[in-house]
Amino acid sequence: MEHIRLPKVENVRLLDRVSPRRSRVGTLYLTATHTIFVENEAGVRPLWIDILVCSVEKQAATASGCSLLVRCKNFQVLHFVVPRERECHDVHLSLQRLSQPERCEELYCFSYKPNVDEAERRQEWDFLDLKADYSRMGLPNSLWKFSPVNQHYKVSDTYPADLFVPQSATPPVIVGSSKFRSRGRFPTLSYYSKENHAAICRSSQPLSGFSARCLEDEQMLEAILRSNPRSDFMYVVDTRPKLNAIANRAAGKGYENEDNYSNIKFQFIGIENIHVMRNSQQKMLEVCELRSPSMSDFLEGLESSGWLKHIKAVLDAGIFIAKAVAEEGVSVLVHCSDGWDRTAQVCSVASVLLDPHYRTLRGLMVLIEKDWVSFGHKFSHRCNHLVGDPKEVSPAIDQFLESVWQLMEQFPCAFEFNARFLITIHSHVYSCQYGNFIGNNQRERVELRLRERTHSLWSYLWKNQTDYINPLYRPDHSQTQGLLRPSTAPYCFKSWRGLYNRFDPGMHPRQSVEDYLSAIQEETQQLEEQLASHKQVEKAVSFDRSPTAWALGSDLGLANTPQDYTGCFVTSSPCQPKAPDGSLVLLTQDSNLSNGSDQESGIADVSCRSPLSEDSTRDPDSDEAAYSAA
Amino acid sequence: MEFAELIKTPRVDGVILHRPFMPTVEGTLCLTGHHLILSSRQDNAEELWLLHSNIDSIEKRFVGSLGSIIVKCKDLRVIQLDIPGMEECFNIASSVEALSTLDILSLMYPFFYRPMFEVIEDGWNSFLPEDAFKDLETMTDEWRLSDVNKDCTVCPSYPPLVAVPKDVDDDTLRKVATFRHSGRFPVLSYYHKKNGMVMMRAGQPLTGTNGRRCKEDEKLINATLRPGKRGYIIDTRTINLAQQAKARGGGFESEGYVESIKSNILQESLIKLVEASNWQTHVKEILTTACLAAQCIDREGASVLVHGTEGTDSTLQVTSLAQIILDPACRTIRGFQGLVEREWLQAGHPFHHRCAQSAFSNSKPRQEAPVFLLFLDCVWQILRQFPCSFEFSESFLVLVFDHAYASQFGTFLGNSTAERAKLSLPEKTVSLWSWVNRPQELERLTNPLYEANSLVIWPSVAPQSLLLWEGVFLRWNRSSKCLDEAYEEMVHIIEYNKELQNKVNSLRRQLAQLETEDPLLQTLE
Repeated sequence: MEHIRLPKVENVRLLDRVSPRRSRVGTLYLTATHTIFVENEAGVRPLWIDILVCSVEKQAATASGCSLLVRCKNFQVLHFVVPRERECHDVHLSLQRLSQPERCEELYCFSYKPNVDEAERRQEWDFLDLKADYSRMGLPNSLWKFSPVNQHYKVSDTYPADLFVPQSATPPVIVGSSKFRSRGRFPTLSYYSKENHAAICRSSQPLSGFSARCLEDEQMLEAILRSNPRSDFMYVVDTRPKLNAIANRAAGKGYENEDNYSNIKFQFIGIENIHVMRNSQQKMLEVCELRSPSMSDFLEGLESSGWLKHIKAVLDAGIFIAKAVAEEGVSVLVHCSDGWDRTAQVCSVASVLLDPHYRTLRGLMVLIEKDWVSFGHKFSHRCNHLVGDPKEVSPAIDQFLESVWQLMEQFPCAFEFNARFLITIHSHVYSCQYGNFIGNNQRERVELRLRERTHSLWSYLWKNQTDYINPLYRPDHSQTQGLLRPSTAPYCFKSWRGLYNRFDPGMHPRQSVEDYLSAIQEETQQLEEQLASHKQVEKAVSFDRSPTAWALGSDLGLANTPQDYTGCFVTSSPCQPKAPDGSLVLLTQDSNLSNGSDQESGIADVSCRSPLSEDSTRDPDSDEAAYSAA
Repeated sequence: MEFAELIKTPRVDGVILHRPFMPTVEGTLCLTGHHLILSSRQDNAEELWLLHSNIDSIEKRFVGSLGSIIVKCKDLRVIQLDIPGMEECFNIASSVEALSTLDILSLMYPFFYRPMFEVIEDGWNSFLPEDAFKDLETMTDEWRLSDVNKDCTVCPSYPPLVAVPKDVDDDTLRKVATFRHSGRFPVLSYYHKKNGMVMMRAGQPLTGTNGRRCKEDEKLINATLRPGKRGYIIDTRTINLAQQAKARGGGFESEGYVESIKSNILQESLIKLVEASNWQTHVKEILTTACLAAQCIDREGASVLVHGTEGTDSTLQVTSLAQIILDPACRTIRGFQGLVEREWLQAGHPFHHRCAQSAFSNSKPRQEAPVFLLFLDCVWQILRQFPCSFEFSESFLVLVFDHAYASQFGTFLGNSTAERAKLSLPEKTVSLWSWVNRPQELERLTNPLYEANSLVIWPSVAPQSLLLWEGVFLRWNRSSKCLDEAYEEMVHIIEYNKELQNKVNSLRRQLAQLETEDPLLQTLE
């Protein structure tokens, strides 16, 4: 609390992003975990801003007050005007400090105490069991064994304690290999296909420099190859651009020399590094944030950000590996530099493509837990949970979630979950409300005793699974089975407005097919129950209309009123930022005329010159669109 | 003229057809007066029937003695035919070229086509101006149906009957016509029942450089305004001019589109074509203008007059889209047909000129422009944003697009009502609507999600909200299997629900009957 210089400011204006003339006046409260804006108008739900504040920018003072631009990690942008400069200064400093905690203990997950007793809280953490996923793959077996070599994180401090390695890999080989790899991240199993024994393994780059060799590392790869008895070679995929890999050689790192390893095929897949990705996302967000962009502003901006090109690169790499495993039956070793960003992306995308299990709710959670959390994706650094080096920040996990979303667009029946599921995961990766994504690796999480002190997101999501079910999913559908073969032609990649423009409700479809179908399915279920009970005659007489079943029509008829579609991204978490109510844009002549292109539309006032009335936009029976943005 | 003169080689065996995402087909290629046919002569093998009028451009390629022709169609499909024999290939190519560019309306396929289905309702009579006026009369008595244009001399592109303000007589209309481009004096386009406001459309006023005025024109426009009420004039051109300030003014207002969609013809990928053409920019601008017109009417309670240059292109895009936004009736299958009839066919959009060629044509554009396709794209954008508010599905829009460019039906032939009457189209050809308005077709075109929505629907025009119309622009460039399956799954969910509802309802009825018939049942409980 000592960081809050001013817990409450009155008469703060919250400007509407699309039409700045429209604003709401209210009181701003700062707490250790949340920023809350309570509108003066009665009956309006307060606006909660999570601890997700990413940056605060103070702009020059004007006559009406001092502007404060708050950017959140979930891509919400809020523009406050604080009446007095002094207050604005205090709010600015407080928010800035609050958004960059210095100690882990300040993070929200340590103070988040939902009404759950201790036994239940413990169970939350047992909900996902990685060992169960390995045994689902058929492990251990005669080819792969569980290895205790990294217990107490002695071999690699960024790896999990529990690992699977080839049956023939002895501890000396493993330890030897780890010494030849960045951060000791030796080759280990990520995914195993029990149908054809091909496996996806992951590691960091070898310390090969210009000519160094390591017998144990060569034996390690040999062991991986031998664990796939039907194949006489394996792929080694370096997900970096070749130039980056070559540059690393000068630093004594680099990539495998095909001559030194028996029967490997070496392949570069050029995914750019975290710095390029960070800048690209920054550019893309700037484009999404433009106030009233023309079509070409938007399309050219999106193109030059390169964001979708990078998503395509990740997906292409995933496809290469998934095809090698499923179609060629060849094992693959994937690495980048440290093997915790691009490697995590590529392995998890390949797993989603390969195995229908990872396209279910539980499966995706397990996959993130395995390839990202347990293998040491540096969430604290990448998501900037604590004040730290801004160069360590990068949207690697965003890109993975978006890759899955792009696949969902191509295969609408293949995924058990909907986009809301991905967006909720995204929010909580950054929110620090749950302990799952705190710290940079398993060792740190154990030290922080997160399992003892915090709650787990996964069981929260599982409990609320009805919100996240894709109504078009059917486990027995042909689309659901086997390997997904997406197209990566450039036109297949779309801008994900559901995530990046999540807080611009005016931009989203006014009626949601998905919600409509979910409602229908719910009704169908009730009808089925009624029919079943009907068939037992004794119950039939007391037959009553089920309230939800028959109220369906009226609900959906109103689907294009503002409240309905802003609600579609609000989860039941109490601390989820609520989309502002009634935040649809009004179109006034002023806003039209204030901007060049609309002037060109040439409205001529034929008879009299009174300005357009503004109150018409409050008309409750119809909503106003954002075409003033034109 | 006989078609036989143009067909040098009517039949070639051993031709191989390549289409993206489909297996190749080997068969016999036949040319008829109106079709290019490829038949494998095997049971249940698909045949290709292509109207010559659908062919936009044709290219020849030779490898050794094997010739290939690449046929690019107005529906944006590209196919390749491998034809053994140089001479055959040459002959086929030149015949197709000649047949597909035949510009004699009376030789078009609709005049030869005989329906193989039972016509339940003759589409030519389904949407007559007098019927539309009868509906108007139930709402207001301030308008009359004028036959000042009965012989199409006052305005050649208008229908014989137009709705005008009651207080304006035919003489005034004749004078106004001289003040408006192509004689297109302001006529009623849409009456907004909710508040009595109207949308009118016209050609540009011929004010000239010295600002000529026409008091009859002013009188007509003032007659549409209630006392003390304001109105707006929306000139669609300024948008165009602004967006292509580099291009010269004047000429056809639609010129912008022609130029842009053709600018990149050499690119193989159609999607690049669409991107390079600023197509989406046009979508956004037209939609924005239509929203503005609709907003003036519904929110400001003001009447609106829309015009461009001639009033036959962007004007119609704006007036028809505004009606989609404002009037729930236009979002039904039948209402949409009526809208296309009123605002496009009868309003004199020159379909014959505009749809003579499409994106692939190599020849210089004369009067071609995808004005109507742009309108359909905008409708699709609104449909995407309000997926439950339209009675028709995307496939209906695609169907209308296809038939506007090449069809066995006479609906989109000619440039105006006068031309259509001269060609005796209603007598000699079948209307597209006769075919559409049959139960089996309607079922296919109906949106399973439809729930009548009586509200005004305000679409978003933010760039993030406007998508590429994949159903048209990528129709032949992608495998739609997964999306089709998703659609089927959606239909399945809805139908299963309906089935259960019926079961429950019928059980309930049975039960009620049992109860009344047999009071004992209750005592049995």
